[in-house]
Amino acid sequence: MYPQVLFQNRQPDRTATIKTYRAGGGYRALADVLQQNAAARVRQVLLDAALLGRGGAAFPAGVKLSTVAEDAPYPRYVVCNADEMEPGTFKDRVLIFADPHQLIEGLILAGFAVHAETGIIFIRPEYEGAAAILEREVRVAEKAGYLGKDILGSGFDYRIVVHRSGGRYICGEVTAQINALQGKRPNPLQPPPYPTEKGLWQKPTVLQNVETLCCMPHIVAKGADWFKNLSLTPSGAGTKIFGISGRVQQPGCYELPMGVPLSEIIEDHAGGMIPGSEFKACLPGGASTGFLPARHYHIPMDFEALKKAGNRLGTGAIMVFDHKTCLVGVTLNLMEFFARESCGWCTPCREGLPFIRELLYEIESGRGKPEYVPMLQEMSRHLWHAYCAFAPGAAAPLASLLDEFEDEIQDHIKRKACPFSALT
Amino acid sequence: MLPKTRKKALQKEIAAAEHARELVVDVLMALQAHYGHVTDEAVFEAADLLGMTPMEIEEVATFYTFIYRRPVGKYVIHVCDSVICWMESERPLLEVLCEKLGIAPGETTADGLFTLLPVCCIGYCDRAPAMLINRKAYGPLTENKIDRILTGLRQEG
Repeated sequence: MYPQVLFQNRQPDRTATIKTYRAGGGYRALADVLQQNAAARVRQVLLDAALLGRGGAAFPAGVKLSTVAEDAPYPRYVVCNADEMEPGTFKDRVLIFADPHQLIEGLILAGFAVHAETGIIFIRPEYEGAAAILEREVRVAEKAGYLGKDILGSGFDYRIVVHRSGGRYICGEVTAQINALQGKRPNPLQPPPYPTEKGLWQKPTVLQNVETLCCMPHIVAKGADWFKNLSLTPSGAGTKIFGISGRVQQPGCYELPMGVPLSEIIEDHAGGMIPGSEFKACLPGGASTGFLPARHYHIPMDFEALKKAGNRLGTGAIMVFDHKTCLVGVTLNLMEFFARESCGWCTPCREGLPFIRELLYEIESGRGKPEYVPMLQEMSRHLWHAYCAFAPGAAAPLASLLDEFEDEIQDHIKRKACPFSALT
Repeated sequence: MLPKTRKKALQKEIAAAEHARELVVDVLMALQAHYGHVTDEAVFEAADLLGMTPMEIEEVATFYTFIYRRPVGKYVIHVCDSVICWMESERPLLEVLCEKLGIAPGETTADGLFTLLPVCCIGYCDRAPAMLINRKAYGPLTENKIDRILTGLRQEG
C-alpha cells in the first residue's frame, strides 16, 4: 500500500468533515503561513516541489502563481477549475466528495500566495451534489475563521464563491472559463494577454485544477522534498489520482505515486483486465491524449515518461481498450464528441472535426477508400492551427490511430466492414 | 412573469454580486425553473434583470447543455454517448432509450414526461454506462435497469 495523501480521509459514501480534516493536520499549513505572513514562501515551496498542473496541461503551478507581478493591480482572482469534462475523467468529483476542506484550504493558500481577494470554484452542472457540498463546507470554513475578513488575525481577507456552469466542455479551457464567468458566450481567446496578467474582469487571475489545489496544503505543510520523494521516478513529483475505466475489472480512482507503471495500475489496483480481454491500448490521460500501444504496457506513469513516448499524461484518466475493441470506432466516438463540443469559433476546429468524423464514419461503416488515410493525416495536421488547445487535443487520438494502428484502418477498408463487429 | 418574491430575491442576489452579468447562468436557471424552459419572454426578463442586451442573453442561453430554449418534459434524460459508456454498452444507450420512449433524440414524449438528450461524458465512467435524469446519476445501466427506472418515474407521474 502506497502512502495516501489526497485520499487520506476518503471513506466509502462519506464526506470528511472539517473535524476529520483538522485531525489529520488540516488548516495547519494555512495558519502557519498566515501567522508568518509568508506568501513568498508558499510560492517558493510550490516551485521547488515541481507541482505540475493536474488538469491536463501540466503547467508548473508555482510558476503560474509567480507570474502574477508583485505590483499587479487588484482585485486578483484564483479560479478553481472543477469543470472536469474530459471524457474518462472523474477524479475531481471523487476528491470533492471525499474531502472538500482539502480543496478549500488549497484554494485559500493559492489566494494568499498571490494576494487575491476572491476564490471562485467553477463547477459543471452534472456535479450539483459536489457543488452543494462545497457551498455548505465553505460556510463551515467561514464559521471556523478560515475565510472572511482578517483571517486568523492576519489581515488577509478572502472569500470563496461556488459558480455553477451551464455545462459545456470548452468551459474547461482557461480563457473560455473566464468568459463564462463574465457572463459571456464562452469562446476561448488567444493569448496574450495571459490571464495571470489580464484575466477575469481584466484583473490578474490564476486558474488551477481541483487536484492541483488539493496538493498545495500538503506541500506547504511537509515541504518540497517530501512531495518530490513521493514519486517513484526522479522526473516525477507527488502522488497522482489515476481514474481508470474501460476493460478492467475494478474501474475507479486510485491514488498512487507518480511514476507507477501502467501495468501495475491495471493488474494490482484495477483488478486486472476483464476475463477474456487482452490489453491492446489505452488513452493514458483523457480524450485529448494519444493511444498508448501495448509495447508501452510497463511505462512509468509520469509527465516526463509519457512525453518521451510521444504522448501525454493529461488528467491521468486511463481508458483501457482490449483486443476486441475497434480503435477506429473509439476514435469515431471521440471525434463525435469533439465535433459536437467545438465552440465553432475558428475554422480548423469547426470545419475540420466534422470532416474527420465523416471520413472515419465511412471507414467504420465499410465504405472507406484508401485515399481517406492521407486525407485524415492532412486534416489532423490542420487541427494544430486552431486558437486554443481544443483542436490539437482532438488531433492526439487521431494522429496516434494513424501512426500506431494504420493496419486496423486498412483492414476496415480492405474488408469493406469493421473487422471487430463479429467479435462483440 | 416571475412571481414578485422570486424576482426580488434575484434582484437582491444581483445587487450583491461584484458584476451583475456573472450571474447570467443562475438567472437563466431560475427562469427555467419557473417557466420549464427559457422562453422568449424569459430572455427579455433576464436581460432586464442583468442590464444585458437580449442578444447577449441569447448567445449564452443557446450555448449551454443545461439551458433549454425549447420546452422539455418533466424528466430530462441526459444520456452519455462518450467513449467509455459507448464501449461498455451492449447496444448504445441512446438507441435503447429512443426505442423504449418511442422518441428521437431531442424529442419529448407525448405525455410530456420525458425529454431525451445525448450528452458528452458526464464524469461517471466508473459507473458506465450511465445517464442523468434531472441531474441525478444512474449507472451502471442495463436494459432491465432502464425499464425499472422509467417505470418508477412513470408511476410517480
